[in-house]
Amino acid sequence: MEDIIIRMISRISVPFIMVFGFYIILHGHLTPGGSFSGGAVLGSSMILFALAFDLEEGHKKLSHKTSTLIETGGASWFVLLGLVGIYAGTGFLANKTGGFPMGVPGELVSGGMIALITLGLGLKVASTVITLFYNLIEGDSHD
Amino acid sequence: MRLILTLIFLTLISVVMVVTVIEMPTFGNPDNPTNNEVPQKYIEDAVEDTGALNVISSIIMDYRAFDTLGEATVLFVAIAAALSCLKAHS
Repeated sequence: MEDIIIRMISRISVPFIMVFGFYIILHGHLTPGGSFSGGAVLGSSMILFALAFDLEEGHKKLSHKTSTLIETGGASWFVLLGLVGIYAGTGFLANKTGGFPMGVPGELVSGGMIALITLGLGLKVASTVITLFYNLIEGDSHD
Repeated sequence: MRLILTLIFLTLISVVMVVTVIEMPTFGNPDNPTNNEVPQKYIEDAVEDTGALNVISSIIMDYRAFDTLGEATVLFVAIAAALSCLKAHS
């Protein structure tokens, strides 16, 4: 699509949407929101970028390889954090008893495992949305 | 014949559903069976147990973290199935 207005507006607004998505993800243990909603916001910012420019520009920003790496990395990160609890001698996915630092409730670095899981899962949800959109819209043109 | 059978089955199902709805406890009643000690424990102990102010986040990421791991697996399997269907012909 060759529209200068849409291109300029989305060029200005996409960074702010991404910052808002990261804010929702990183404050998942403090404010309403969390990994799934923040990941959806992050993913839709990339969808807006790919719709306003073309798909090739979107591929330059986030290739299939990076997206797949984030997708599998998010799931593996979750399981690895769960194995920390087994290493500490308690159950799978143990938070406080697994030895994660708790911090003061209400600060950004608090909640132990919750913030780490939210970060990994948010990036995974974002890459799921982006991968599904790219593959549905491009059809057979890419491998 | 087929229409009459369909109508009979639909009437039976709707009667069962309406009877179930009539038997349900009233909304917001403090004596409802869902208002037991489980949400009370979450509301009172969530901040101390998990260190997170957002109680919903502490439930889905700490108390029910295994369920969230299953959700992430469902997302992963869904995207893998969609990609294998879309790329099957290339």
